[in-house]
Amino acid sequence: MELLVVKKRQNYIAMFFILVALLSYGAMEVTGFEPAQALIAIPQAIVWSLSNFYPTMASIKNLPAILIKLHETVFLAIVATTTGGICAMAFALLSTKGVPVFTVMCRLIASFFRNIPDTVWAIVLLLSFGQNVISGYIALFFATFGFLTRAFVETIEEVGANSIEALEASGATYGQIVFQAIIPSCITQVVSWLLFMIETNIRSSTLVGMLTGTGIGNLFNIYYKFFDYHSASLVVIMIVIVILIIEAASNHVRRMIL
Amino acid sequence: MAFLECIDITKEYANTIALKKISFSVNKGEMVAIIGPSGAGKSTLLRCINRMIVPTAGDVIFDGVNFNTLNSAQLREQRRKIGMIFQHYNLVNRLSVVENVLHGRLGYKTTFEGIFGRYAEGEKEEAFKILARLGLEEQAYRRCDELSGGQKQRVGIARALIQEPKLMLCDEPIASLDPSSAKIIMDYLWDINKSIGITCFVNLHQVDVALKYADRIIGIRKGEVIYDGPPCALKKETIHQIYDSKTGELIMD
Amino acid sequence: MENVFDATVQPISLMSSWPKLMKKDKKGKIIVHSTDAKQNVVNYTLVFLAILTVYGIATFDYKKIFMSKAITDTIQNFAIMLTEPMAVHFTYAEAFGQLLMTLSLAFLTTVMGSIIALFFGLLAAKNLTNKKTSNFIKGGVAIIRAIPTVLWVLIFAASAGLGSVAAIIGLSFHGIGYLIKSYSESFEEMDEGIIEALKASGANWWQIVFQAVLPSSITCILAWTFMRFEINFTNAVAMGAAAGAGGIGYELFMAGNYYYNIREIGLITYMVLGFAIILEIFSNRLKAHIK
Repeated sequence: MELLVVKKRQNYIAMFFILVALLSYGAMEVTGFEPAQALIAIPQAIVWSLSNFYPTMASIKNLPAILIKLHETVFLAIVATTTGGICAMAFALLSTKGVPVFTVMCRLIASFFRNIPDTVWAIVLLLSFGQNVISGYIALFFATFGFLTRAFVETIEEVGANSIEALEASGATYGQIVFQAIIPSCITQVVSWLLFMIETNIRSSTLVGMLTGTGIGNLFNIYYKFFDYHSASLVVIMIVIVILIIEAASNHVRRMIL
Repeated sequence: MAFLECIDITKEYANTIALKKISFSVNKGEMVAIIGPSGAGKSTLLRCINRMIVPTAGDVIFDGVNFNTLNSAQLREQRRKIGMIFQHYNLVNRLSVVENVLHGRLGYKTTFEGIFGRYAEGEKEEAFKILARLGLEEQAYRRCDELSGGQKQRVGIARALIQEPKLMLCDEPIASLDPSSAKIIMDYLWDINKSIGITCFVNLHQVDVALKYADRIIGIRKGEVIYDGPPCALKKETIHQIYDSKTGELIMD
Repeated sequence: MENVFDATVQPISLMSSWPKLMKKDKKGKIIVHSTDAKQNVVNYTLVFLAILTVYGIATFDYKKIFMSKAITDTIQNFAIMLTEPMAVHFTYAEAFGQLLMTLSLAFLTTVMGSIIALFFGLLAAKNLTNKKTSNFIKGGVAIIRAIPTVLWVLIFAASAGLGSVAAIIGLSFHGIGYLIKSYSESFEEMDEGIIEALKASGANWWQIVFQAVLPSSITCILAWTFMRFEINFTNAVAMGAAAGAGGIGYELFMAGNYYYNIREIGLITYMVLGFAIILEIFSNRLKAHIK
């Protein structure tokens, strides 16, 4: 009997792997991807990078321009995160209030914004706002808002549910519950989410910048298109440094508060 | 008229019936223990009394008010007369002990005062007095997550008491506690019931605790009342009927 | 308010110390809140973020832009986009073909990424290797993750030419970094006792991995992998648009930047949104099942 169960389980696992293999084969047919090529491409890329993709003395003179654009991109990420976070918090509170209509509405809206990629927002906004930092800001704001609403709802339900029940039972109003129970118990997680979102948004804002013609993303694109790989590599190095610094800082804060 | 009257309370969920037409009435100052196996509907019944769960059918009449007729503001006003304590204490862990106690006053405050935590000096003194009474005055400024389980439950009792309640609903108050903390908590509840005269409603897992402390026992199984009477009249057979067990299967046998 | 405890049996002398324990502020009011170091760090962080936000808003280069016109235009665009989706420069069949292309890119990236990440994830888990190896891999992952996906794709495109190879390898990097981190964390959450018991019975490293570690964390790994599939799908759309890596994202880019056709953008948006929601529902089911 037990042997049979084990065998059945093994069958499932085997079926799962066969399914994945078949789907992978189909996907390779569709995309024209060949694993052998990929194996060659990696050492090729390493050789190419070592011979082309490094900063030179000549490219260092572009550093001030890079830093200015990087500054814009970093602050774009921060502003989009904080403002998106405030709206997400309002929606999350409305959604956990216990009124079914609000809950359904808030979740639908959040799901809509979360599932439309920031790429789409960037392209649509580019049409009316043009090559402006605002296009990128709104695109990041929407994506941040959608993502954080879900994160905050989950945090409130996980951390706050018990104390919400207790205060409700003692006759407190929802406004009182928000400020006396939900915010005090969730604030550290909320800060942690905000820091995480800033890191993610710096990377996203590079992409969005490329699409909307602003910030460090656009600068990289220009160097790249004019085959100035030395300056482009300097951009990559600066982005890595900034992200590692921000990651280290937010990990430090997280360790202190959690 | 009885102090608290529950008439034909029924609660149905999508595919299960949690409570089937439960009726009983309670007099002022009684200490009532509700016993029954897990999933019998004890917690649901307790929450139907203060409408934390809205029953599918039936009436709750408390202190002469039928809860079915109330709007949300009126319901809040009634709820502040009912203290509630929980198995998992349900405190705001990141706030101080005394802040958690003062949360019991929110029902008396305007929304604005409550949001900014503006309590009267008299209320704060009362909070300290209650904490002292429960032996927690030294811990008043500590954060709740630094306390032991028994201490947290005492904070929960203090938060309920500062409401000046007429009725206390206690949902498994000792289920997460070690035996000595459990005894302390039950002694406090007994004291509150006997010396202040607050009517207490306690959900309990342990039959022996119920027999020792309660004036009256309600035994429920699968959403139905099996026994309702004084502890001394509760026969062993009835207990087995409540827990769906045979002689020799329960530890108390 | 009346004193709750007037009628208590407890002698009052026992509680005589409470008035002395009350802290008072300068105005003589009783303090109830106690601030601790953690709370302060949270507050400082929030204030700091607020300052950065204000500074950011104040220093952006807004150029010359007619806000009211841009906003009304955007709203009009959204309305057209969402109410009149239509295919113009491609047929519906072609659009689905492109969606399939994007989906295939995401799928291959996920499969390849998870195989590689599984290996490195085992090496990065603190309870399965020594601290040096673990820290070395985790440090490498941090650097890989710091470079945005689009830059990885473009770097590969420069050497290998723009195509599915560059797209998939470029997309994989981030995914591998993400999966190594999450896999190794799920391995580290494992009960230390199980590994100890197997070690005590003389099992070697591979036996421990296949008999204890993988079976007990397989559900977590599946959940993480599927979550990555969701992200890879979005990324594949983005790479099509930003790096010309093909698929539905490229059509989106063409519709937006060359044809200025808002109806076509609408159609593509609905297709991407529909698929993303299907994936999300699937992944939520999987998560609920695992919990």
